[in-house]
Amino acid sequence: MSAAAPFAGGAVALAAAIRRGEESARRVAEVVLEEIAGADDLLHCFNAVTSEEALRAADAVDVAVAAGRDPGPLCGVPVALKDNLCTRGVPTTCSSRILEGWRPPYDATVVSRLRKAGAVIVGKTNLDEFAMGSSTENSANGPTRNPWDTSRVPGGSSGGSAAAVAAGLVPLALGSDTGGSIRQPASLCGVVGLKPTYGLVSRYGLVAFASSLDQIGPFALRVEDAAALLEVIAGHDPADSTSLAGEVPPLAPEVGRSPAGLRVGVVADFLVDASPACADAVRRGADALVAAGAAVEDVAIPELLHGLSAYYLIAPAEASSNLARYDGVRYGLRVDADDVATMNARTRSKGFGAEVKRRIMLGTYVLSAGYYDAYYAQAQRVRTLIMDAFRRAYERFDVLLAPTSPSVAFPIGAKSDPLEMYLSDLFTIPSNLAGHPAVSVPFALGEENLPVGVQVLAPALGEPAMLRVAGALERAAAPDARGPVRPHGAGAGR
Amino acid sequence: MSAPYRIAGATGEWEIVVGLEVHCELSTATKLFCSCANRFGAEPNTNVCPVCLGLPGSLPVLNRHAVELAMAIGTALGCEIRPSVFHRKNYFYPDMPKDYQVTQYDEPINVAGALELADHARVGIVRAHLEEDTGKTTHVGGDGRIHGADYALVDYNRAGVPLVEIVSAPDITSPEQARAYVAELRAVLVATGASDGRMEEGSLRVDANVSVRRVGDPSYGTRCEVKNLNSLRSLGRAIEHEAHRQVAVLEDGGLVAQETRHWNETTGRTTSMRSKEEAFDYRYFPEPDLVRLAPGREWIAAVAAGLKMLPAARRARLAALVGEDAPAALEQIATALDLGLDDLVVAAAGLGAPARLALARAANEAAQDPASARALAPEAFAEVLHLESSGALSATQAKAVLAEMLAGKGSPRAIAQRLGFEGLSAEELDTVVAGVIGEHPAEWERYAAGDDKVAQFLLGQVMRRTKGRANGKLVAEALQRRRA
Ligand SMILES: [Zn+2]
Repeated sequence: MSAAAPFAGGAVALAAAIRRGEESARRVAEVVLEEIAGADDLLHCFNAVTSEEALRAADAVDVAVAAGRDPGPLCGVPVALKDNLCTRGVPTTCSSRILEGWRPPYDATVVSRLRKAGAVIVGKTNLDEFAMGSSTENSANGPTRNPWDTSRVPGGSSGGSAAAVAAGLVPLALGSDTGGSIRQPASLCGVVGLKPTYGLVSRYGLVAFASSLDQIGPFALRVEDAAALLEVIAGHDPADSTSLAGEVPPLAPEVGRSPAGLRVGVVADFLVDASPACADAVRRGADALVAAGAAVEDVAIPELLHGLSAYYLIAPAEASSNLARYDGVRYGLRVDADDVATMNARTRSKGFGAEVKRRIMLGTYVLSAGYYDAYYAQAQRVRTLIMDAFRRAYERFDVLLAPTSPSVAFPIGAKSDPLEMYLSDLFTIPSNLAGHPAVSVPFALGEENLPVGVQVLAPALGEPAMLRVAGALERAAAPDARGPVRPHGAGAGR
Repeated sequence: MSAPYRIAGATGEWEIVVGLEVHCELSTATKLFCSCANRFGAEPNTNVCPVCLGLPGSLPVLNRHAVELAMAIGTALGCEIRPSVFHRKNYFYPDMPKDYQVTQYDEPINVAGALELADHARVGIVRAHLEEDTGKTTHVGGDGRIHGADYALVDYNRAGVPLVEIVSAPDITSPEQARAYVAELRAVLVATGASDGRMEEGSLRVDANVSVRRVGDPSYGTRCEVKNLNSLRSLGRAIEHEAHRQVAVLEDGGLVAQETRHWNETTGRTTSMRSKEEAFDYRYFPEPDLVRLAPGREWIAAVAAGLKMLPAARRARLAALVGEDAPAALEQIATALDLGLDDLVVAAAGLGAPARLALARAANEAAQDPASARALAPEAFAEVLHLESSGALSATQAKAVLAEMLAGKGSPRAIAQRLGFEGLSAEELDTVVAGVIGEHPAEWERYAAGDDKVAQFLLGQVMRRTKGRANGKLVAEALQRRRA
């Protein structure tokens, strides 16, 4: 991305410039589309780029500004959407063959809110099929590459969104986080990735993976921009029964506030399983918070380490049911046969990739009569245990500090063993099980000069304190630890 | 109480045990989880949206009115209304858009009630829970059956329509009682406003769990579930056939297999659909897209307060007025309730009309035109009954006047006058009677001496002179008075 990038100052500043008429939404959209065209053959962040729609939306913003109207808080800001968010008339594939040809007749609630806020949607980003994965390799469209080292993965499952922001192709993107799918790629790509409190953002129009864990959240280069995007998409939605009632407090102003007086617990249990650089980043982040006036202390929450096994029972169980509807009857792929059951089976055999099939089978098994109590019910008890452990910790602390990922970005193809891949989410999963918010902030360069994020965890609706700490970490972070970065191969430097 | 239902086998007598599962489509304006119209008979796939089509990303939102109707049903059946949880029942079927059904499993909204039948027998209600309906598949080509069809068409208009499934205890002991149970339940569902009660449109669908055991055996036999019972008639026939089939199997030394059986109305037989071994594993688990449903005490009370009078209470009200000692009274009570004429009877009785007469005229004459009868002013109805009971009108005349009233031809007195039924005062009658006696002294002598056989002759003479305007009963009384 050139130094003259229209959003070098961030998304909020860009919206302000367009609102004042100093920048045109049309020019910004054109630059973004050009950048995507130039970089995406290599990176493959996008499943689809919606150029015409983007230019039309940008023109509408410019017309509104010229007429003296305020198009909204994201006035003319380009945004990329993970391709599991429904967009009216635009293919929504979940990077799966099974949704081939399907165009949703409706917009997800977050998409309507973006449009209403004046955002310009530029395309749909790549993901692990149905958001099942931690590397964006499980995509029917092929893997996305990490702009910091194009031989490596961007993390996943929201790898396309994370890489697009990291490469400076868009200032903002949305992802979804079921077990870490926003935060882990954010850490691996040197961007901010935030998973909100469960129910803060409507899931209506998010193609479900595991309904009790899924949550949509923002990617940005700066914490303030992530908070501004969250403000736009958060808030009660009557179309989602699990959506929380009540007003959302202003979040962006929290980012600049001092964390002085906040009590921060460092999850010591996680540091053992993190790479030296990932653990070290947490320690240095803690030091920075102490310097900024926060009270920091180690805390042992060993229960959190059981989250991974509970997650890999609950998430597949819900997924096995959520993905049953892809049966070839109503939409998407159909492989014909003489009877319905065979048609169902052939369609699903051809339409789903290996990881999706693995999880459907796992989930079907754990819900089966005779196994339900031993697996699903037991996993729910572990989930309760984790919530209780969090509750005790949050009696003493306002937020918790932890590594986001156990390692920096790994090479494409390096983790062929699914269990090894599952470990990528060890530190992110507990927040999903508890329904809590958490954010990954780019903080340092680690092994192989690759970015490392530090994770801030908070109790339900603890976003304000979480963002204060995230802002403080951002101010203390190594300046070269975050994007934008020009896509390059191993060791080529920035 | 009729004699207990028994099946006489070669080796002894058998009794039957029946439990019924009734699916009731709720009369809501919209579906259970979306705002599509809940309407029967629309063009296929016109009442559909992303939610009831189960499109990716769509989410359910519970219909408040459906919950209220479920609570009304629970209240009417004397159930405990409890906090409940929706589950997903997972199985693949083309007319089920999500390939799972959202239903209530181990924590239903209504539990532990009972339904009192017309003969005061009580049938326990195990549960009455909320769930969504499926779409409808039509097999086209071949012979129209699943196997051999060329293709299938699916209509999702019904997908997501709210249902309450009412599960009875195995308390039903005869085909007749099964019918009486469904008839009474249907009346309750209509009274609560929850259902239109139309079995022929599938608004009410019944499955029967049938088993048999030797008379006096306290344990239950193996049961079969019989499906496709679309009318009260098929319900009775199917239970009877299935019970006899099971007795035949057992008396042959065989074992009844636990299975689902299909009732064929044409052949009058049940045939096996699937055995217990082939039963689906539904992999129930709590629906994560919905939250726990926990109606507060005030909401429950408000629903109860809004309930109209239920059939049992209406029946009791009539029975208290007229007594139910005679079979005719029981039958008339049933008719009046069925046609919604009980309010009219009760109101007329309240205005001083004789209750038995009011019930009889309502269940017989007024029943010829129930819609007009329901619109009748109770005062007018009471007046015609009064004219009849006082003797001003004969029974025949009163019926004729009532028919005219139902046709909207005016007040009872005006009609009676127009028909020439009125105007014969007691004095006029007396004069006519005196005249007849004067003309027929010999007959009068015989009558006065106690020969009642000539009474008919004298009465006939009075009727001739009055051209039928006299009330026979009053003429007889006048003659009696003069003889005494
Ligand atoms: Zn609908």
